Amino acid sequence: MCTTCGCSGTNGVTITDPATGEKQVATQAEHDHAHAHAVAHEHGHAIEDAGGDHHHSHPRAYRPVHEHGRRFLHGHDHGHDHTHPHGHEHGHAHAHEPIGSGVVALHARVHRTTITLEQEILAKNQRLAERNRGWFAGRRILALNLVSSPGSGKTTLLERTIRDLQGQLEIQVIEGDQATVNDAERIRATGCRVIQINTGTGCHLEADMLARGLEALQPSPDSVVMIENVGNLVCPALFDLGERAKVVILSVTEGEDKPIKYPHMFKASQVMLLNKIDLLPHLRFDVEKCIAYAKQVNPAIQVFRVSADTGEGMAGWYGWLRGQSAGREDFGAIA
Amino acid sequence: MHELSITHSVVAICAERAAEQGMDTRVTRVTLEVGKLSAVMPDALRFCFEICAQDTVVEGAQLEIIEIPGRARCRDCGGEVALSELFGRCRCGNANLDLIAGQELKIKHMEVAECAQPADALARTA
Repeated sequence: MCTTCGCSGTNGVTITDPATGEKQVATQAEHDHAHAHAVAHEHGHAIEDAGGDHHHSHPRAYRPVHEHGRRFLHGHDHGHDHTHPHGHEHGHAHAHEPIGSGVVALHARVHRTTITLEQEILAKNQRLAERNRGWFAGRRILALNLVSSPGSGKTTLLERTIRDLQGQLEIQVIEGDQATVNDAERIRATGCRVIQINTGTGCHLEADMLARGLEALQPSPDSVVMIENVGNLVCPALFDLGERAKVVILSVTEGEDKPIKYPHMFKASQVMLLNKIDLLPHLRFDVEKCIAYAKQVNPAIQVFRVSADTGEGMAGWYGWLRGQSAGREDFGAIA
Repeated sequence: MHELSITHSVVAICAERAAEQGMDTRVTRVTLEVGKLSAVMPDALRFCFEICAQDTVVEGAQLEIIEIPGRARCRDCGGEVALSELFGRCRCGNANLDLIAGQELKIKHMEVAECAQPADALARTA
């Protein structure tokens, strides 16, 4: 089973349009992330070729360090060879001089080479994220990646934002959750166009999932796309989706030290929405301390204190949104 | 548990590169550079590696992880400071720092082995 998306099992990534009920299951054939099977070139690449986007066949300059060591391994150690469909009739077998007599038959010669890769592990996601960024820029769409722990009030905040800005900003939503279309149904009730991505076993959205979601959503030019990531304060920090900015939502029912407990997310975000401030009278939560922690991790972070329930403080957030939306000439990521 | 998805990418990249080398190429060693401020735990990578490598040409390969300590440059005084967390303060008191090391997440190199089974030699002793 693919561990990125759980394909070929029952936990695959699915994309649901709650308006039509149409559901797409991302099967292996739709993937463009490479599978780890040794013979990956037999399936994965064909898809990339079909898409006209051919990355794999451009090997970097290898600097092979040959180590013609006279090492011998017992041939039968390589049990996995038998499970692969290819045979052993490769030409270079003849290059080897028999050593000794009958012993040769029991040994295989191993030729070890060190290949310098210097490859960023997340390069593929980064490349796809940049493609999404270009896609948004071409349509003058403002894309925001909303991140938080589960239960911070992301969906409620979106519902209110959509209702309050109706007629001013056209907002469309991509919902990310491991399972259910519940959040998408809530957003749809506001009259807003929405697509649900279920990641199955995945704990965050990745750029290719977003690309598939956008294909289904078909957002209009000059609009705003809000991407509600999977509730998780760790993993989504590492995976760029092609958004203009990450907006982290922290609610006052959580600990005030979350910014220093989960610094990656607060460092990667440009805006922090401190939500549920209407509950402050009932809680021991030091707002100033929380904001100081956030600024300690990320001195440039902009903070808005809001209550998505009562509407208190939402005007500041809307002002920021309008400002970002108006500045459409520059749609690169905010540093 | 993003380490699982990251390890999956490592195995996929290595398997793809190994396939470019030839049909009978196996990966025997993979060397990663992981920054101490990258939010990726080396132990979790090691745990996932064996699982992800199963039934691939990377199966059985040794995983080597080089950990890179965090370093930042102060935007105020330009001084360099060592960081054990993602945030900190320069000696001059400023907290506005640019990370210059410690967020690496890279495959440095891999060792591959071509396992040649001389077919003719096998035939002789058969």
